[in-house]
Amino acid sequence: MIVRIATEGQYELPEEFHAELNEIDNRVVAAVEADDEPAYKASFSALLEYIRTNGTPLEDTDLRESDLIVPPPDLTLAEAEHEFTGDGLLPD
Amino acid sequence: MAGTSGRFTTIIKAKISKMLDRAEDPGETLDYSYQKQLELLQNVKKGIAEVVTSKKRLQMQADKLQQSVVKLDTQARQALAAGNEDLARTALERKTLAQNELQSLDAQVQELEAEQQKLIQSEQKLRTKIESFRTKKEVVKAQYSAAEARVQISEAATGVGEEMADVGLAMQRALDKTEDMRARANAVEELEAAGTFEDLTQLGSGQDDIDRQLAELTSSSQVDDELAKMKAELGAGSPPSAGQIEEGKA
Repeated sequence: MIVRIATEGQYELPEEFHAELNEIDNRVVAAVEADDEPAYKASFSALLEYIRTNGTPLEDTDLRESDLIVPPPDLTLAEAEHEFTGDGLLPD
Repeated sequence: MAGTSGRFTTIIKAKISKMLDRAEDPGETLDYSYQKQLELLQNVKKGIAEVVTSKKRLQMQADKLQQSVVKLDTQARQALAAGNEDLARTALERKTLAQNELQSLDAQVQELEAEQQKLIQSEQKLRTKIESFRTKKEVVKAQYSAAEARVQISEAATGVGEEMADVGLAMQRALDKTEDMRARANAVEELEAAGTFEDLTQLGSGQDDIDRQLAELTSSSQVDDELAKMKAELGAGSPPSAGQIEEGKA
């Protein structure tokens, strides 16, 4: 599966890591919904580190589309909340 | 999609796909992407130039503040040597404020430097993808049937489209940060214009608005510590050189 960290780059993440990634993703969502800043920061950076550590960066010449796109690393909690309720980073 | 139900990671993906799906005809997508690709490369260049301009402006402000810090420190010493502790305290309060601003400006200059480097890399990456797209298009056209070539080229165009959307997002965020910093820089300029970091000998007497704001902004314990340290240094060193700054400028 190809995962893009927005504003950073694409990584190829092997199948065996998907379940764990999904788990961390759910923790991020829970933190955002609870409006819990420390939990959000911890879980979101864990998500990013998980992808960077276990994924392989895609060549710049690779034209494949991503299966998943993770929001930019500097996304604030307020922006994340907006992402779930409003237009988010990209307008509809 | 590969069976991941993560909501956080899929929202942006869904939005980018929606954006790209808007151009229904693959041929149209190609023309649209190519035009967009060229436009965006130009925009990224402009974005980088804007970041550089903001960075230079902040650096100039930092240099000015550094001079103010040195000047206010000297004036505090002179005031104390002349036995005018109130004036020394005011000078130190202003110095603390200038130092705090200086720290925050330095951090912002660093951040802009990082943004600039990131945008340069993004532009390079997008250039590489566009070039790769052109090559692939030619190869696919030569080797596959028209229908198959169409599918493959369309897929590649989506890949480039995603990269474009991402560079666009990176640029937007960098410019937003620049905007925030510009507002901050304007605030510092207003403080400067109000004479906050000016020569203390130009000051009127008593507590004006600036002084009251200063008292709120600066950490008085830091000023107290520094004043005590300065007193100790002066006590151990040269005798007071009175006359430079007089008591109670009116």
